[in-house]
Amino acid sequence: MIEFQNLKKVYESGGQQVAALNGIDLKINKGEIFGVIGFSGAGKSSLIRCVNWLEKPTSGKVIVGGHDLTALSVKEIREVKRNIGMVFQHFNLLNSKTVFANVAMPLLLAKVPKEEIKKRVHELLDFVGLADKANNYPDQLSGGQKQRIGIARALATQPSILLCDEATSALDPQTTSSILQLLKKINKEYNITILIITHEMGVIREICDRVAVIEAGKIIEEGTVFDVFSSPKTQTAKNFVSTVMNDQIPESINEVIENQKGLQKIFKINFVGRSAGQPLLSQVAKKFDIDFNVLFGNITELQGTPFGNLIVEFQGTDSEISRAIQYISREKVSIKEVTSRAS
Amino acid sequence: MLVNQEKIIEALIETIQMVAFSLLFSAVIGLPLGILLVVTRKGHLLENLAVFNVINSIINIFRSVPFIILMVAIIPITRLIVGTSIGTAAAVVPLVFYAGPYIARLIENSLLEVDPGVIEAAEAMGATPGQIIFKFLIPEALSSLVLGFTIATIGLVGASAMAGAVGGGGLGDLAITYGYQRFDTTVMLITVAILVVMVQGLQSFGNILSKKIRRR
Repeated sequence: MIEFQNLKKVYESGGQQVAALNGIDLKINKGEIFGVIGFSGAGKSSLIRCVNWLEKPTSGKVIVGGHDLTALSVKEIREVKRNIGMVFQHFNLLNSKTVFANVAMPLLLAKVPKEEIKKRVHELLDFVGLADKANNYPDQLSGGQKQRIGIARALATQPSILLCDEATSALDPQTTSSILQLLKKINKEYNITILIITHEMGVIREICDRVAVIEAGKIIEEGTVFDVFSSPKTQTAKNFVSTVMNDQIPESINEVIENQKGLQKIFKINFVGRSAGQPLLSQVAKKFDIDFNVLFGNITELQGTPFGNLIVEFQGTDSEISRAIQYISREKVSIKEVTSRAS
Repeated sequence: MLVNQEKIIEALIETIQMVAFSLLFSAVIGLPLGILLVVTRKGHLLENLAVFNVINSIINIFRSVPFIILMVAIIPITRLIVGTSIGTAAAVVPLVFYAGPYIARLIENSLLEVDPGVIEAAEAMGATPGQIIFKFLIPEALSSLVLGFTIATIGLVGASAMAGAVGGGGLGDLAITYGYQRFDTTVMLITVAILVVMVQGLQSFGNILSKKIRRR
């Protein structure tokens, strides 16, 4: 649906060239929710703005719905834009116009007949749950309500792509969650492809199907949300994952690990999917002559699949422990010994 | 007092005419210039630095010439347009040269206050530059534009009084000919009082209108 080919964007500022995008190759499939995560300045804003030509790339290609934007005229690009809705971090509503007029704006620009506009706007306001606010002005609404209006406006022309530029970054956690649920609903009901850029890993975890990590204008990691969360490859991805999933061993546990001696060994076990639901540890305790003690644990759900890790202390003889480890390794879990300070 | 009530009312009407006509023509000139100053600047809708620099410089030149000198300097142009350089109609020409660039600057200021995010949203919707200007920029800046026009109108009231010095008619003319040159303090006080009331009224009207547009 959206494809970037060796996309580059260079800004000139004060005689210096700054590369915001440094050769991006990325493909976003129809109907998926794709997240791009990166720190500020990583280039994610420039990237999303290349999709609807708010930024013109210095080189490379942007292909949207089969159209190579670099080959289109200004007029043709305007047509393509009607097929792309955009939601902004700071909503960007017109304060001089009512909620109704704000949502009607894209339709007005597209010269849709008045009656049809009226019908469509009420439909949209209903959809975002703000039917009673049609005659209010944006400054009478809360942040979450403003974003709902922003979303209604973005959907007005029935686009097949929705771009979300840090759409929840200005909202509190509860509101963020409700907006994300709304985006999910949009994706499901209208089969709209959604591209989200964010610096919040929670957003990615909650609604994205696939994710790309961007750093210094390059995609450094890409994959399903599950894969990136369960086994992040780059340090940046690891850092992002750890912001929402604590796989760091707490200090107090670290002390226990450091002081370990004799007949105990400490392991970190990663559970993925179905294995998280199996009574693995109790089976091990029954089968082998060892005791275990769970020191720390964390289980979460990614795209409907449970995922977690446990820090477990095994007590027993070396041979018995290694047999137990062999047994565990046969299951769909990964296990590795934790030595001091390492996780 | 050397003048009667009728004469004062006549002068008042002349002042109102001068201000009204020059405001109208200045707005016609200033509005497009102000818009151009915003949209042709670097990084804006219709970036065109040549156009921007030319308009910017011309406006600065006119704005730096004191009105009383501007009035005399453009007499040939005034003659060309109105046929004479004396009287109320003739005073409108220098007033427009004075207020047009002034209004352009005020409009530029107001439009620049509009949140760039709104323009970005408009561009994302596929709005044409014309639609962005008239459906987004101007409505968003309207309340501030009204205040700008209020300032310009009050400036014109002051300038029109000065135009009286070169035979432009109006309250300024009355104050100079009778109040100043013939030492009639009463006429002077009355004209000043009328001007004070006018300015107060205009400012209050502008404030109320702007507030109403802003709904706050």
